[in-house]
Amino acid sequence: MSSRVTGATVVRVLQQLRRDPRTLGLIFVVPPALITLFRYVFEGDVATFNRIGGLMIGIFPFSSMFVVTSIAMLRERTTGTLERLMTMPLAKADILFGYGIAFAGVAALQASITATVAFELLGLHVAGTPLVVVGLAVANAVLGMSLGLLASAFAKTEFQAVQFMPAVVFPQLLLCGLLVPRTHMAHVLDVISYALPLTWSVDALSHAVRGGGNGIIIRDAIVVVGVTLSALALAATTLRRRTP
Amino acid sequence: MTYPRRVPAIEIEHLRVTRGRTLVLPDVSVGVEAGTVTGLLGPSGSGKSTLLRAIVGVQIVESGRVEVLGLPAGSPELRAHVGYLTQAPSVYGDLTVRENLAYFGRVLNAPASRIHEVLEIVGMAELAGRLVRTLSGGQLSRVSLATALLGEPEVLVLDEPTVGLDPLLRRDLWSTFRMLAEKGTTLLVSSHVMDEADRCDRLLLMREGGILADETPADLRTQTGCDSLDDAFLALVEAS
Repeated sequence: MSSRVTGATVVRVLQQLRRDPRTLGLIFVVPPALITLFRYVFEGDVATFNRIGGLMIGIFPFSSMFVVTSIAMLRERTTGTLERLMTMPLAKADILFGYGIAFAGVAALQASITATVAFELLGLHVAGTPLVVVGLAVANAVLGMSLGLLASAFAKTEFQAVQFMPAVVFPQLLLCGLLVPRTHMAHVLDVISYALPLTWSVDALSHAVRGGGNGIIIRDAIVVVGVTLSALALAATTLRRRTP
Repeated sequence: MTYPRRVPAIEIEHLRVTRGRTLVLPDVSVGVEAGTVTGLLGPSGSGKSTLLRAIVGVQIVESGRVEVLGLPAGSPELRAHVGYLTQAPSVYGDLTVRENLAYFGRVLNAPASRIHEVLEIVGMAELAGRLVRTLSGGQLSRVSLATALLGEPEVLVLDEPTVGLDPLLRRDLWSTFRMLAEKGTTLLVSSHVMDEADRCDRLLLMREGGILADETPADLRTQTGCDSLDDAFLALVEAS
């Protein structure tokens, strides 16, 4: 792995994104638009908006980066650019970290825009520190990216890659405690939810929103980072130098 | 013209490759001399691309030995010394021509000035700022070829580099290949166009996964008594 090649990959991934203003628009406009929608749906229930709004800031980057990365990586596989890179003096980690750093940057911007809209314009109030919410949002983005890289190995077409979103993201959204407290779910689902990374990041987010619980936030963040690194390591094994 | 050195840059012994359920290369043994232009000719589906993929080390092989510059194909040490042009142009459609070359150039640690040089070679200098996905098929494969030339590799493996190009550019490219070989580069170039065969030092004729002939163009004509290489190929197929 070399900083030259990783850096070049970061620049290249960002250049590609810049060429797709519509996707960029969707990444940066949809989350603030949705959170605005959410605010006025809960017009008569500001307490719910305050409880869930902060969590949403952290969850958007997870799903957007999952989709963007799985399709970007699938394109690398199907257009032969990955094969070409694999014949060059480049480490797999250069590709993985190149994507990771580029999308973490995009996610930081996305979360900052969403957070600014939520806190400044919509009057979202959290007891904790908004900056911690944004920081966890970036961690979630990198988690989504690493799972997207892994998912791309199991898709042959972009249609399939898009369908991984409901398959991988939705169950985690249902079970993570965002909709109902996990203790209210069927016991078996509560147990399963411990195995899903989004559960941990939503737990961290909810403490960040409520304020306090710094120890729990750090513990949860460690779990999220651990899952991210494991997913990256698994994704690395799917980047094959030799193919059938 | 101090080259060619009489050493094999590529050595293949009893190579056997199965892709899916198809036995593509049953048992190939062949060598390619350093500093020469070798043409790999044959109809599509004869196993040319698979053989080239095995040489650059991206093909899972069943058995046999493939060595490039004295090292097993695909060795990490070889990655900076072997240039590979895939049959389908493998460049990023959502980057400009220059951005593509800049990226691959950084990966290969090639000097920035090299970008302009390779664009001149493939006749794409004027289109450097164009977005790749807006290029024609021929232009696209020229960008892909420029990428393969970036690192000034010692061994260049080119899978159908001249498909869809106009005759003038094809002639220029073959002159470039010749010039590179004179500087010591080993080129293995696949083609299904026989009229390109005369520009090679040596020809490997492939059919159904086997090497039908491994000759100079002149010897091939003498042996078969045919003037055109197309006829010579036919004579060999019928004799086999």
